[in-house]
Amino acid sequence: MNPQTNSRGLMVAKVVVLAALLAFPLVGSAFYTEMVAKVLVMAIFAMSLDLLVGFTGLVSLGHAAYFGIAAYAVALLTPKYDPANLWIALPASVLGAALAAFVIGLFVLRTKGIYFIMVTLAFAQMAYYVFHDTALGGGSDGIYINFKPDAAIAGWAPFDLNEPMHMYYFIVGMLVLVFAFLTLLLRSPFGKVLVGIRSNEHRMQSLGYATFRYKLAAFTVAGALAGVAGFLYGVLFGFVTPEYLSWHQSGNVLMMVILGGMGNLVGAVLGAFAFIGLQEVFSGWTKHWQLLMGGVIVAAVLFMPGGLSALPRRLYKKFKEERIHG
Amino acid sequence: MDFTTFLIQILNSLQYGLLLFLVASGLTLVFGIMGIINLAHGSFYMVGAYLAFALTSLTGNLMLSIALGIPLAFVFGALLEWLLFAHLYKRDHLEQVLLTYGLILIFEELRSLAVGDDVHGVDIPALFSASIPLSDTLSYPVYRILISVVCLVLAGALWWLMQRTRLGMMIRAGSHDRDMVQALGIDINLLYRTVFALGVVLAALAGMLAAPISSVYPGMGSSVLIISFVIVVIGGIGSVWGALVAALLIGFADTFGKVLLPDLAGLAVYLVMAVVLLWRPEGIFKKG
Repeated sequence: MNPQTNSRGLMVAKVVVLAALLAFPLVGSAFYTEMVAKVLVMAIFAMSLDLLVGFTGLVSLGHAAYFGIAAYAVALLTPKYDPANLWIALPASVLGAALAAFVIGLFVLRTKGIYFIMVTLAFAQMAYYVFHDTALGGGSDGIYINFKPDAAIAGWAPFDLNEPMHMYYFIVGMLVLVFAFLTLLLRSPFGKVLVGIRSNEHRMQSLGYATFRYKLAAFTVAGALAGVAGFLYGVLFGFVTPEYLSWHQSGNVLMMVILGGMGNLVGAVLGAFAFIGLQEVFSGWTKHWQLLMGGVIVAAVLFMPGGLSALPRRLYKKFKEERIHG
Repeated sequence: MDFTTFLIQILNSLQYGLLLFLVASGLTLVFGIMGIINLAHGSFYMVGAYLAFALTSLTGNLMLSIALGIPLAFVFGALLEWLLFAHLYKRDHLEQVLLTYGLILIFEELRSLAVGDDVHGVDIPALFSASIPLSDTLSYPVYRILISVVCLVLAGALWWLMQRTRLGMMIRAGSHDRDMVQALGIDINLLYRTVFALGVVLAALAGMLAAPISSVYPGMGSSVLIISFVIVVIGGIGSVWGALVAALLIGFADTFGKVLLPDLAGLAVYLVMAVVLLWRPEGIFKKG
């Protein structure tokens, strides 16, 4: 397999997957369409975290904060008896998440390694309590979003998010946009610096890069993209609760990234499918599905380093080694 | 707030802080010495509380239950280290975070399968159920004082163990150079297993002591876990002294936060952390 056919194969695979996603609501039931929509939102969320964990080497355990902040932003921007304007609510929510990420980033990026893991977690808890304990966020019940944002521009409506199909295709569109944006970002010199920071931050510093600024930029962008996912999630299900910011949510999305394989955008999408797929299957079997989920997580760490997207390569390598040694 | 109420809040802060220290000391010990970031540490606290509940239902006496529970927790910890954690020493933090995150889910569900999701109370032993009057209208429960004393004694014992005993010396040496200690003929695997089990016992004991005060409920490990992380981070990872100072700081912040700012009580702790980390990004007592 030379790299060129490999990348062409990957391109074909991406087109096939996109076509399958576009065709899915035409064949799948409304129930499964909504479930796939949920997976796609989580895939955006997982990609945003992968920018930090997989590409920049920053293991954040508080990424749900930005997801939740954007979800709350759209809930708070939606009047009780009217829809919000999509073209205001979406940028405002994403901006809110980005701003929070920027400010929190100023604090947490002063720390490294395990401190970083713990401090991101603690800041996310702070955000959690802001929504959980104050009247602003409606307490532990959260807030209902009674009306989905209105997509009309000067009276003309290109689509209507109240239509499940429109909502679905809007989410697919956002996924493609985020994927394309991250691909371009990672190919740019900026992306190369991030990968450089992951492998050796000191070397990047001695090369003259102000690595703190790069990390802060990456942290802010990742927060903004998590905000995109949070916005979509809130709108898709019509309510927000503090659980969106909980550290379990942060743990779950980190799990998706690892399960799919870090430093690989396709892997993040795969991870979201695998994680929510397993969750659905297990919860269909038993009320205690988290037991099985936990078992899978433990087994994945012990027996599957590198995640799903590394599996073909690992099997291939093993096969080759056995042919040489066996 | 009159003086007696203030005094009670001070005592509550101390008691809560010392209890948190017990949990956090285990966490920081396991990280500082074995280099393992263990998200499941809160689950050990929960295991302790449920152990106290189960054993007290059997024996009818909390003190006896604690005496029985400590060796059980030790064996549980040693088994867990042998089965899972021993495989994590050479792995990076990310994998440790994930595996122990998976463990939380497993423990939480096993708890649910074994004893259900109800909230249970545990009786304070009759011997300690009295209160000491502080003024005509207010009094302070003896049991809470007992907890503080036990935690203080354990803090001292831990310090003595680490600084003044041969075992402590080996443990400290092992955290610096595993291979060298091994080469000196010390069974490093056994040593690590002991330290880990000790960490589990500290968390479980805190859970057992707290059971009559906070009652026993699902998800109780999770809240304590996050607070102990905050303590370990503020104190400086691996520093037992730091954990003690930070735990007291957090005990005060949380208790007085609830009294002075009831709407934002949950936040107080994290605000303290933010301020400390702005001042010292690696905690108050940075190690090494």
